[in-house]
Amino acid sequence: MATASLVVGGTQRKAKVRLGPVVERILGYAVLALVLVWLVANIVADPDRFLGSLLVGLQNGLLYALVALGYTMVYGIVELINFAHGDLFMLTTIIAAGLMVTLLGVTQLTAVSILALLLALVVCMAAGGFINMSAEFLAYRRLRSAPKLAPLMTAVGLSFIFRGIAQQEYVNGSAQKNWPITWGGPVIEGVYVYKLVMVLAVTVPLLLLMTWIVSRTKMGKAMRAVAQDQDGARLMGINVNGTISFVFGLGGALAGAAGVLYFLCQTQTYYDTGTQLGLIAFTSAVLGGIGNLSGAVVGGLSIGIIQALNEGGAYGLGSTWSQSVVFIILIILMVFKPEGIFGRPTTEKV
Amino acid sequence: MSAQAQDSAQDSVAAQGARSREAGKEVILELKDLSVSYGNIAAVQNLSMTVHQGEIVTLIGSNGAGKSTTLRTISGLLRPKSGDVVFEGSKINGIPGHEVVKLGICQSPEGRKIFQRMTVSENLDLGAFTRKDTAKIAEDRENVLELFPRLRERINQKAGTMSGGEQQMLAVARALLGNPRLLLLDEPSMGLAPVLVDVIFETIEKIRTQGVTVLLVEQNALAALEIADYAYVLESGRLNTQGEASKLLDDPSVTAAYLGGH
Repeated sequence: MATASLVVGGTQRKAKVRLGPVVERILGYAVLALVLVWLVANIVADPDRFLGSLLVGLQNGLLYALVALGYTMVYGIVELINFAHGDLFMLTTIIAAGLMVTLLGVTQLTAVSILALLLALVVCMAAGGFINMSAEFLAYRRLRSAPKLAPLMTAVGLSFIFRGIAQQEYVNGSAQKNWPITWGGPVIEGVYVYKLVMVLAVTVPLLLLMTWIVSRTKMGKAMRAVAQDQDGARLMGINVNGTISFVFGLGGALAGAAGVLYFLCQTQTYYDTGTQLGLIAFTSAVLGGIGNLSGAVVGGLSIGIIQALNEGGAYGLGSTWSQSVVFIILIILMVFKPEGIFGRPTTEKV
Repeated sequence: MSAQAQDSAQDSVAAQGARSREAGKEVILELKDLSVSYGNIAAVQNLSMTVHQGEIVTLIGSNGAGKSTTLRTISGLLRPKSGDVVFEGSKINGIPGHEVVKLGICQSPEGRKIFQRMTVSENLDLGAFTRKDTAKIAEDRENVLELFPRLRERINQKAGTMSGGEQQMLAVARALLGNPRLLLLDEPSMGLAPVLVDVIFETIEKIRTQGVTVLLVEQNALAALEIADYAYVLESGRLNTQGEASKLLDDPSVTAAYLGGH
């Protein structure tokens, strides 16, 4: 009967302030219109810079999307905000660097290095999946029936552990490391075309694969069932622990792929990379509607493009304002649509 | 009374029960001296009961008597503190819940636990999750849609948008799609309009004629006793009375306690 009382409460509140929703809606459209005007102004003022920024935004946004998927899937199935996810991603950038540069000696990205790239993808995806599954098995699983704060604090703790590991001198050290990799090929408005092609060539198939797994396979069905009702799923003969483990593995693998791509694009490794990127990716997941897979991708792309336009567009505020712009947009969206772009209204959940 | 004496007393009660049932029917499920607790709180204590092939057995008792706990333990969602669950001759306690389904025990649980954001059709598909016999699944699906024509009308509707009665039908239909040899039903009449209660109970009798053994947990003791062959009455986690359902219906102490003094 909780639903009924909630609904009653809602209508009572609405009945009191009739004007509220109307004003909110008008404000919402006004904000949307402002964003559109800003976009159009950017295109008109300098189409070339706009195109360049758009490409940069696409490239970054796809990486955000890969990491955001890990946040959103884990949240969708066990309602845990896995704060260690960004740092897991950071660890895989270091693994990618060690494997590609130190071990395989890649310094220039040519056709030959595609093999090295594929190898790095396989290794880092496996490592990301394995670390994430281990974290779930060793820590989160045991806390599943504990109060929600316990696994959350565990995730924060794991995040520090991952950063600590990366800070060891024999891993990466406390300073930022620059790796001697050079990119060739054509450049459009400051965007290396090969980088963008690489990101697209890796990300798009991965996203399609993900969609296929979730919507078409038996494991995908199990994932959706477990997300909705664990006991119900168990009674259907679904291995709930196995399914949750698989989701952590999948999320970790996507973070691993993102790690390889990020390392190759930036040619840097730093123990703090995961904090920033992880936070942005988490924001993408929230923006798109946490728990929703397409939402994470749309959220990641939106944030990537907004950031890039803000930094490179004709009417941008510059990179020092990037995070502020992103979060102001997030806050405004949350006010009008708290469940995110594709999220379900929470009332349905009750 | 010493523990041993209590045990033997209970054994003799169980033996009496067994004698009064038709001879020759195989035992499909046996609970042996089962105790289950949540932390320090004992929910079920020293419960022994048997279910024979083809029977409808009902487990009745007031709220909090341990009925749902018993079903959850049989399904492997809870582990017994002591005692055994024996299904078709082998011990199954300790087997994880998702494996128990494969043995042929399906449950329509308390609170239905249907997948609200999936369609009726997807819910039914999940009922057959462990099965690979595609042709037989299609046949069974047709069969349950015959039993519950209402579900056919709503086949592409999101399960969470249906009425309570329809959701209950879906929960039972979904359990049937697991092709159970033993069907556990937890309060299938919960919160339903009287007309729908009749429909559900008629359906349970139909299900039995299709060769499925049913263990039915009910608060609606009268309706349960009317369709059951045998009944166990739980009180505060312990077995209070057992006997043929028709005899319990005539037992003044049972009717006074559970049937509102009929």
